[in-house]
Amino acid sequence: MSATTDWTRRTAAELADALAAGEVTSVELTQAHLDRIAAVDGDAASGVHAFLHVDAEGALEQARASDARRAAGAPLHPLDGVPIAVKDVLATTGLPTTCGSRALEGWIPPYDATVVSKLKAAGLPILGKTNMDEFAMGSSTEHSAYGPTRNPWDLTRIPGGSGGGSAAAVAAYEAPLAIGTDTGGSIRQPGAVTGTVGVKPTYGAVSRYGLVALANSLDQVGPVTRTVLDSALLQDLIGGHDPRDSTSIPQDLPSLVEAARQGAAGDLSGLKVGIVQELSGEGWQPGVKARFDETVALLVKAGAEVVEVSCPNIVHAIAAYYLVLPAECSSNLAKFDAMRYGVRVLPEGVESPSAEEVMRASRDVGFGDEVKRRIIIGTYALSSGYYDAYYGQAQKIRTLISRDFAAAFEQVDVLVSPTAPTTAFKLGEKLDDPLAMYAGDLATIPANLAGIPGISVPAGLADEDGLPVGFQVLAPAMADDRVYRVGAAVEALLAQEWGGALLAQAPELEEVAR
Amino acid sequence: MSPTTETLVDFDEALTRFDPALGLEVHVELNTATKMFCGCPATFGGEPNTQVCPTCLGLPGAMPAVNGKAVEAAIRIGLALNCDIAEWCRFARKNYFYPDMPKNFQTSQYDEPIAFDGYMDVEVDGETFRVDIERAHMEEDTGKSTHVGGATGRIHGADHSLVDYNRAGIPLIEIVTRPILGAGAKAPAVARAYVQQLRDLILALGVSEARMDQGNLRADVNLSLAPTGSSTLGTRSETKNVNSFRSIERAVRFEVSRHAAVLDGGGRVVQETRHFHEDTGITTSGREKSDAEDYRYFPEPDLVPVAPSREWVEELRGTLPENPTAKRTRLQGEWGFTDLEMRDTVGAGAFGLVEETIAAGAAPQAARKWWVAELARRAKDAGVELADVGVTPQQVAAVQALVEAGTINDKLARQVFDGLVAGEGTPEEIVAARGLAIVSDDGALGAAVDKAIAGNPDVAQKIRDGKHAAAGALIGVIMKEMRGQADAGRVRELILEKLA
Amino acid sequence: MPDTPPSLTREDVAHLADLARIDLSDAELDHLAPQLSVILESVASIQGVAGDDVPPTSHPIPMTNVFREDVVVPGLTAEQALAGAPAVEEQRFSVPRILGDEQ
Repeated sequence: MSATTDWTRRTAAELADALAAGEVTSVELTQAHLDRIAAVDGDAASGVHAFLHVDAEGALEQARASDARRAAGAPLHPLDGVPIAVKDVLATTGLPTTCGSRALEGWIPPYDATVVSKLKAAGLPILGKTNMDEFAMGSSTEHSAYGPTRNPWDLTRIPGGSGGGSAAAVAAYEAPLAIGTDTGGSIRQPGAVTGTVGVKPTYGAVSRYGLVALANSLDQVGPVTRTVLDSALLQDLIGGHDPRDSTSIPQDLPSLVEAARQGAAGDLSGLKVGIVQELSGEGWQPGVKARFDETVALLVKAGAEVVEVSCPNIVHAIAAYYLVLPAECSSNLAKFDAMRYGVRVLPEGVESPSAEEVMRASRDVGFGDEVKRRIIIGTYALSSGYYDAYYGQAQKIRTLISRDFAAAFEQVDVLVSPTAPTTAFKLGEKLDDPLAMYAGDLATIPANLAGIPGISVPAGLADEDGLPVGFQVLAPAMADDRVYRVGAAVEALLAQEWGGALLAQAPELEEVAR
Repeated sequence: MSPTTETLVDFDEALTRFDPALGLEVHVELNTATKMFCGCPATFGGEPNTQVCPTCLGLPGAMPAVNGKAVEAAIRIGLALNCDIAEWCRFARKNYFYPDMPKNFQTSQYDEPIAFDGYMDVEVDGETFRVDIERAHMEEDTGKSTHVGGATGRIHGADHSLVDYNRAGIPLIEIVTRPILGAGAKAPAVARAYVQQLRDLILALGVSEARMDQGNLRADVNLSLAPTGSSTLGTRSETKNVNSFRSIERAVRFEVSRHAAVLDGGGRVVQETRHFHEDTGITTSGREKSDAEDYRYFPEPDLVPVAPSREWVEELRGTLPENPTAKRTRLQGEWGFTDLEMRDTVGAGAFGLVEETIAAGAAPQAARKWWVAELARRAKDAGVELADVGVTPQQVAAVQALVEAGTINDKLARQVFDGLVAGEGTPEEIVAARGLAIVSDDGALGAAVDKAIAGNPDVAQKIRDGKHAAAGALIGVIMKEMRGQADAGRVRELILEKLA
Repeated sequence: MPDTPPSLTREDVAHLADLARIDLSDAELDHLAPQLSVILESVASIQGVAGDDVPPTSHPIPMTNVFREDVVVPGLTAEQALAGAPAVEEQRFSVPRILGDEQ
């Protein structure tokens, strides 16, 4: 493949320009990505395995419609015709939506999530649905009932989670854009460990209608891309108020594309940046800490003023998160009882089983270990007699963390930290050690608890293992433009150092046997 | 569980030794156009699973959105029940598994109801009982299961069940009283009167059709007994879904008798739900409320808090109908009813019907007479509520208009009611079709008078002799001859003319 | 607040699984119970951190009074509604026999 004709290597913004200039058709672009998926994605046994379902026919049909619109001079949106992948946790009419769970195997929703409707209305062909930890519970995509996704940098390592499929698809050039969801870092942490960009918008900035809820008060839909500008294009498209989501914020955010373009100019003079003491990388993987410190130094060089701030209650974030989330998910997942949809399992050796017995058997077979663990912890945390000590207390910790952030944002415009304490670990390494897995979410969880926006951009490769490290930028609620501005600046400054995108340094993937 | 093995203590006897404590939980299905949390129609009926969407079916990913009209109705009900309206409250999830619950949790309100601390003054036999309202909160209805394969269509013994979710998500307001103490022997009547007055109130507010037979208004009756003079409450039973005013009264009576028997026998009343059987008037055991039952309530994270501004609340207060008690006093004066007439009217459940009949043009005493005497008797014979007797207030007013025009008399009017119940058309059509109009033309009457005089020479002679009172005997003969349709006054005049 | 250090016995886990309507085999109980105890012990560290004066956050971005107009919008057809159902009879969702009363 020569670089000049390989459309899969281009950013979404470049593809949009090429489409507008008539250099390429949407059908050609879509086919190129479908070919790439066929070449490298493989399955549960080998390859990247970013996709659970590929909809070649549907995507090409949407691409043909896009080309027809463009020929008639009426594209719907700048991204009209640019293909995209969607995490399998968003409802898609006519396409399976499994959430990585056996419980929903074969379920085809009769409706589209609002985000999916917006993608369709803007003319983006949907390539397929990406792999994820079951019901988005996990940080490695190993908890998918359909087998793990592999990190394109090293197929023996995890791609992060829960949205490892979306991040890996983008990192492996299988899609220029992807939709992710972030409850405790499920967009940002996979972004960090795959060398891609991921944004968790302000809570309520993007509609959750049609997102199969993990923890409703933490979940947020966001972009997964290779560049900050592409994320901005995508969030500008999918964001906005939705009357079907009562928690969606009514006011419009400032233009994120503009913020990203402004940041890419690389001038950060006047910007005040806070390093969160509790997340400064002390004691984390040395390569993570080193890349973080270098990136901070670049910000200073670009004119930013950097200070240390303390958010003391962040030390309680993981505990609070692992109470709020299980509590909400224990209730959310109650609906998966095999009565109205999903896989119904009859208990063995029971004659004429009752509805109750069928529910129990179906839920036992339908759910994996991590889901069961969280449902049981959540059931406990909500039980009468324990509510105040656990769920109630966790909700108060959220208040304390929000106050810490509010105080910090009195002093600085944005906060920064490494996105994750380590680079991608080996598949299987932490699979049966839930606490070790949870600890990796320390830096991403606080933003979800407080509802504020965050971005992860590539910060380079760790010296010890040559794997990507992520740099996180957090801003106050509704100030999503700031994370784009600073993220784009970091991206531009680092690209100068590297002489190009970090992903260009990734090893070339071998084609899977077909 | 066999329904007939309970031993019972006579109701009056039970009350010599025990004080009943009543509690009522009434669910009111609102008549909003759409459901509580989605835009599906909230109408009754419809082909199965045709009034559903991802939200009320509980499909993965769907989200609720609160119907503002339902919140408004909840606030108006709360205000009408003299409640405080919460300045800030939330919806909560009540978690339990049941196939007619699409999400396996009900979106309801828990410790933050929209309305709380109210009361309603209930009148029974001229005595006023103040029923304290603990709370009124918003929630959603469940789907409807049909049980297949059992002999009776009941849940027990069924082979499988079929679920229709059209009803799932219809807005409900649950109104919960505090324990009603001190009603004594009047407890059954107080329970009935409370629900009756509550229904009148709901109808006046216009927020529900409030038909018990359609399940728009469902009452759960809680009852416990404590030894006379004791200040602690006994263990209560909860009799679910009692579907008529009369049944409420009967259910309370039965539970008093049953609890007394259990306590007399040294037993312990089990805290459980019970079912009332319309046919036998008894309750049977349902589900024991175990300690293990744990609804794991928590605030609904997909919905934001409801914080009605005081301006909105006051605006809604301005839309309330007149307070029912004040209204009764006012109308009693306007109608000129005695206290006894008023009490009978209210007691018969005829107050609203009489009001409507008067509004349709009937004289107050006539309206009262038809509803409290004639139609109440028919309802009792048929075992139905007065409102369901088959005659509307407008029809009663039309019948009375015919009486006043001299077209029919009271006796013929009863035949018109027969025709109305049988669905034979309007009162005028029934009079015509059944040939019920009074005959007052002298030709027809004269012939009948002549025939009667000829057939009763002795009576005729007495009248000729000046004993005018004897005319009554001849009138009776003529009326019988003419099947009651003769104008009695004109007949009397003709007799006296002919025998002068 | 429970004053003893939190722990989950095998029986506790079985009870919670029962509340959550999940059949856990003996092997699963053996496997999950110790893990859950460790998790619970870890998250229990927040007990007592925030005092009574700290209000809980149930919604990260505070909003109130988000209401929908009472206007009918088209939903699903019965066919769409029932398309994913494991069993259908008479245009209804067919479910195994139901034990126990409605609540």
